[in-house]
Amino acid sequence: MTQILNESLSANTDEVVLPQPRSRLSKALRLLHQRPLLPLGIAVLFLALAWALWPGVFSHYDPLLGVPAQALQGPSAMHWFGTDHLGRDLYSRVVHGAALSLQATALAVLIALALGIVLGVVSGYFGGFLDAALMRLVEVLMAIPALLLAMAIITVLGFGTFNIALAVGLSSVATFARLVRGEVLRWRGSVFVEAAISCGVGPWTIIRRHILAHAAGPVLALTALEFGSAVLSVSALSFLGFGAPPPQPEWGLLIAEGRNYMVAAWWYTSLPGLAVAAVVLATNQVARAVQGIQR
Amino acid sequence: MSAVLQVQGLRIGYHTAQGRVEGVDQLSFTVHPGEIVAVVGESGSGKSTTAAALIGLLADNALIEAGSIVLAGEELVGASNQRWRSLRGRTLGFVPQDPGLSLDPVKRIDTQLWEAMTVHDVPRPLAKTRALQLLEEVGLKNIPRVARSFPHQLSGGMRQRVLIAMALANDPALIIADEPTSALDVGVQRQILDRLQTLARERGTAVLLITHDLGVALDRADRLIVMQRGRIVETGEARQIFEQPQHAYTRQLLGSAPSFAQAVPVRRFVPTTPAPSSAALLQVDHLRKDFSSWRNPGHAAVDDVSFSVVRHATTSLVGESGSGKSTTARLIVGLERLDAGRVLFDGEDISQYSRSQWQPLRRRIQIVYQNPYASLDPRFTLEQIITEPLQAFAVGDRASRSARALSLLEQVELPRRLLHRRPGELSGGQRQRVAIARALALEPQLLVLDEPLSALDASVQAQILTLLAELQQRLGLSYLFISHDLAVVRQISEQVVVMRAGKVVEQGACEQVFQAPAHEYTAQLLADVPGRRYLQDRQEALYRTA
Repeated sequence: MTQILNESLSANTDEVVLPQPRSRLSKALRLLHQRPLLPLGIAVLFLALAWALWPGVFSHYDPLLGVPAQALQGPSAMHWFGTDHLGRDLYSRVVHGAALSLQATALAVLIALALGIVLGVVSGYFGGFLDAALMRLVEVLMAIPALLLAMAIITVLGFGTFNIALAVGLSSVATFARLVRGEVLRWRGSVFVEAAISCGVGPWTIIRRHILAHAAGPVLALTALEFGSAVLSVSALSFLGFGAPPPQPEWGLLIAEGRNYMVAAWWYTSLPGLAVAAVVLATNQVARAVQGIQR
Repeated sequence: MSAVLQVQGLRIGYHTAQGRVEGVDQLSFTVHPGEIVAVVGESGSGKSTTAAALIGLLADNALIEAGSIVLAGEELVGASNQRWRSLRGRTLGFVPQDPGLSLDPVKRIDTQLWEAMTVHDVPRPLAKTRALQLLEEVGLKNIPRVARSFPHQLSGGMRQRVLIAMALANDPALIIADEPTSALDVGVQRQILDRLQTLARERGTAVLLITHDLGVALDRADRLIVMQRGRIVETGEARQIFEQPQHAYTRQLLGSAPSFAQAVPVRRFVPTTPAPSSAALLQVDHLRKDFSSWRNPGHAAVDDVSFSVVRHATTSLVGESGSGKSTTARLIVGLERLDAGRVLFDGEDISQYSRSQWQPLRRRIQIVYQNPYASLDPRFTLEQIITEPLQAFAVGDRASRSARALSLLEQVELPRRLLHRRPGELSGGQRQRVAIARALALEPQLLVLDEPLSALDASVQAQILTLLAELQQRLGLSYLFISHDLAVVRQISEQVVVMRAGKVVEQGACEQVFQAPAHEYTAQLLADVPGRRYLQDRQEALYRTA
């Protein structure tokens, strides 16, 4: 016996009801739930950026002008971060130093990103001998500790903020090149890239429109992560004295100057150090969040 | 006879951020011991939701809102997880869809089989002997070797047998098989289903077979449940439904299933004027490609393959997976370098062309891929996808390209409003239409269709086939159609080339190959098509009465 049920359903089935993607708001709420510290991280980054762009708004003290009578004072309402051994306002020096340190960092990341993408794309997409040669080079770069490599580069190029940026950037090219190469290989084999090739689309267009567009996510996450470590490396190099010469208020230099007064004036090294640490942690938070969004 | 499984008024809804989405509704059916019941329907009909509910593995956001599921006298709606765990494997066997993903890749086959039994308190020594016995029962050969193998060392068919053995391990009262053979070749498919059927008969196990393939359902099931949009539209004895479908949807489903429509070709292209240049558009001579190496020995993927593609007609390449059809296609469109042989396109030897020499040819040869979910860049809008080849050849300006995309959408019968959507918002059939539109954008002469239907539902397959036939007639296209599905091939092609293990075993005019296959392999392929058994039986019955 055959039974018919639901006669009313039409035989026509061409409309497919797909679930709508989640709304932006609910996504944002979920992200917040997973990373409750993310807003704080973003706030810290924005503050650091604002310091770099408009230092005058945040501090009315001259970062270079010392008042010897006020040397080595502890944090107070007058001097939030206290003063240094020449009586300069430390808070003002940290604020003004943001520009120098962040510039160097941004430049370093930019150099690493640009070179890394070029190397990764060339070796991933075209493969063959070039790929083998470039990847061996990258491996050599990776085998040398980043700081050591950066110091070696600076010794060759000479001191200065720009050279620090170049050195830090070059020493993290390898990470980017490897990531980009991996992504290129992954998408190069995908069917839609092959479809584009068989439509007659040229290799550079494919790289730009298909492959880099898909690789953007992971690369962005790595960029954010590298930004944090670049802040650290730039500070470390200027701490060692490879950066701008002394009157300049670079973050690493501030910490280095305070080293001699560690016992007498705890704030001298700690507070600039905390500023650096806060920025690094904040970029880390943002990088993890960016990674999380892509999953 | 008491039922093994009794489902009454089951309603399941999915709760998403956008509100409730219907899963299934008013689902009622029973399964008796020793009976094979097939649930058929297209994707989105609620088959898999039903299967998931019956094994207690519904998605987190799915909720059973009403009804009851009674398995062997026990109510299961609202049963605890612990209860479910003790039922799964013991009273309830499950054969999953994809044998490639369903076995633990780092454990040997025998260990996995033991585990299936020891979790249900079978003593270990007993489990060990029983595991070997089970492997033999599901028809595997060289048991000791298979038992010590890792899943990746077995073929898809072997893995599916292992999964069936696992489902049978504790002698369950009911086996739920969710599309158990949809990932396998017809030959292997027939063997697996034969096994499943025999075992069910011998042991009196009830089988709930979930499938989109009407041929499979017809050959194997005693009773049939036809589902559409989460509801049962028709149930009854399998043969009766096939002979006298009552519901409009069942009739549509039957009408579009290629195996049953085979007597009526979609169209037969009649050239009004005999083609002036009757020479073949594409000619392949002694093509050869070998991927094997000393580390990875094997036969050549494509070995001495010769055939030709006639102008304004369809030539099909048929064969099982691994027969070298797709490699042949890739060699022809220059995505792979050939080892030996020649490819002549329009009289021109293109086999040694460089990338820049290929560039003008790309306009004339286009390819449509098997999987429309992978062949479209998910970040592009349909407009970007369709205009991409036009942009590559700098055809027209932005506005004219956009207009062309619109007209192409119309040609493949997609609504114009989809122009700025992305592939993620489309169904599989719609995506394949987009892929066809992209291939047509440059007005090619030859379209290579690499399994263009295998990822689609039967009724969608029929629609795409009709579309392809119309386009061929309207635009005078030549097709090289690659498929493992003989029924589809029969409907669309003029010429058929049968391949096996990289070699051409038979070629000729379509009807000739199908009516009187000269090679035994072709005959075997034809006999394995699901639904064939039923048709043969019926013909014999008719013959006897006559």
